Amino acid sequence: MFAIFTRLADWLAYDLMQLSADSRLGSAVHFFIEDVTKIFFLLTLIVFSIGFFRSMLTPERVRKVVAGRSRAVSYPMAVGLGAVTPFCSCSSVPLFIGFLEAGIPLGVTMAFLIASPMINEVAVVVLAAAVGWKVAMLYVAAGLTVGIIGGLAIEFFKLEKWVEEYVWKIRMGEMPEQAMDTGLRARLDYAWGQVKEIVGRIWKYVLVGIALGAFLHGFIPQEFFIKYASVDNIFAVPSAVLIGIPLYSNATGVIPIVEALMAKGVPIGTVLALMMSVAAISLPEMIILRKVLKPQLIATFTGILFVAFIGVGYLFNSLLV
Amino acid sequence: MKTIKVLGSGCKKCATTADLIASKAAEMGVEVAIEKVTDMGAIMGYGVMSTPGVVIDEVAVHSGSVPTAAAIEGWLS
Repeated sequence: MFAIFTRLADWLAYDLMQLSADSRLGSAVHFFIEDVTKIFFLLTLIVFSIGFFRSMLTPERVRKVVAGRSRAVSYPMAVGLGAVTPFCSCSSVPLFIGFLEAGIPLGVTMAFLIASPMINEVAVVVLAAAVGWKVAMLYVAAGLTVGIIGGLAIEFFKLEKWVEEYVWKIRMGEMPEQAMDTGLRARLDYAWGQVKEIVGRIWKYVLVGIALGAFLHGFIPQEFFIKYASVDNIFAVPSAVLIGIPLYSNATGVIPIVEALMAKGVPIGTVLALMMSVAAISLPEMIILRKVLKPQLIATFTGILFVAFIGVGYLFNSLLV
Repeated sequence: MKTIKVLGSGCKKCATTADLIASKAAEMGVEVAIEKVTDMGAIMGYGVMSTPGVVIDEVAVHSGSVPTAAAIEGWLS
């Protein structure tokens, strides 16, 4: 299905630019062309389709649905909806406050916020196209599980005391239901608007990700990864997670790097741990959440995720060699 | 005159929303007073959880995205 992008890259890199398929530059350029065309094509297609069939899954609706449920229901629901509900990270603060105000436990709210940047429909489809459905599904399962574990840990340690006091005083009003225009024209306009907004926001991350992936693919020899990132090196997984923490990218932007690393034989657990760490933990997100969370909670939250990602890495590496 | 409040913590999309409404109002010849609300308590008081949000004469009509030109036209007429 994606062979057309490979052929396009063959033609551009090898025929038009006269690069050799065996040269480092040639394979890097080929990777870059193939991924740029494939990923941006998929990105546009998926965002447009989701926009067209939008279900109006808004954070306001999620809040109503999750509030008042037992934990056995609300945790899985929070991570599942966190994965599919579109919201901009600049809305993390009102979302956080709104959830707590509705009586949703802190742990459930954090589970939603952990899952949200890690998993989304676009990243899942692009990941599947790059490295196969099996890996994509493992990533989703691991992401949802880490969200639940992170939330439960925060609940277990009773960290409500590290939420800024003013948060508990805010009372939320009721917003009238928004009427939605379901006509074809309105759907097309909305879908196209989503493409412009989302692709306009994340294209930089994706492009940098592809460039890095192409560099790894073309210029770093496989022996390097076998030496430093094999299953036998117990420091490989923690290092991958540590490297990922300060790096910030959209989940889709990490995928070309995942693709390049897996092709070089880096074990799947190590690669997925890196992807989760890059997507889920980031400085900009922490700065936003600092408005509602005290530094102790941000540190604890990061620590919990750090341990959870390492756990995921080791688990997958031991199960799937 | 309509009083319009744009709710948001100051992100780029909120500024875009305010600008869009202002230019649309000027185009339609509708007199409006646009106010940006950044206080989180006030934003949530309108029931809005995802920004930017739009409030017309104290009623929240929109949240979560930059509104379309058609929607703005609807609010102003």
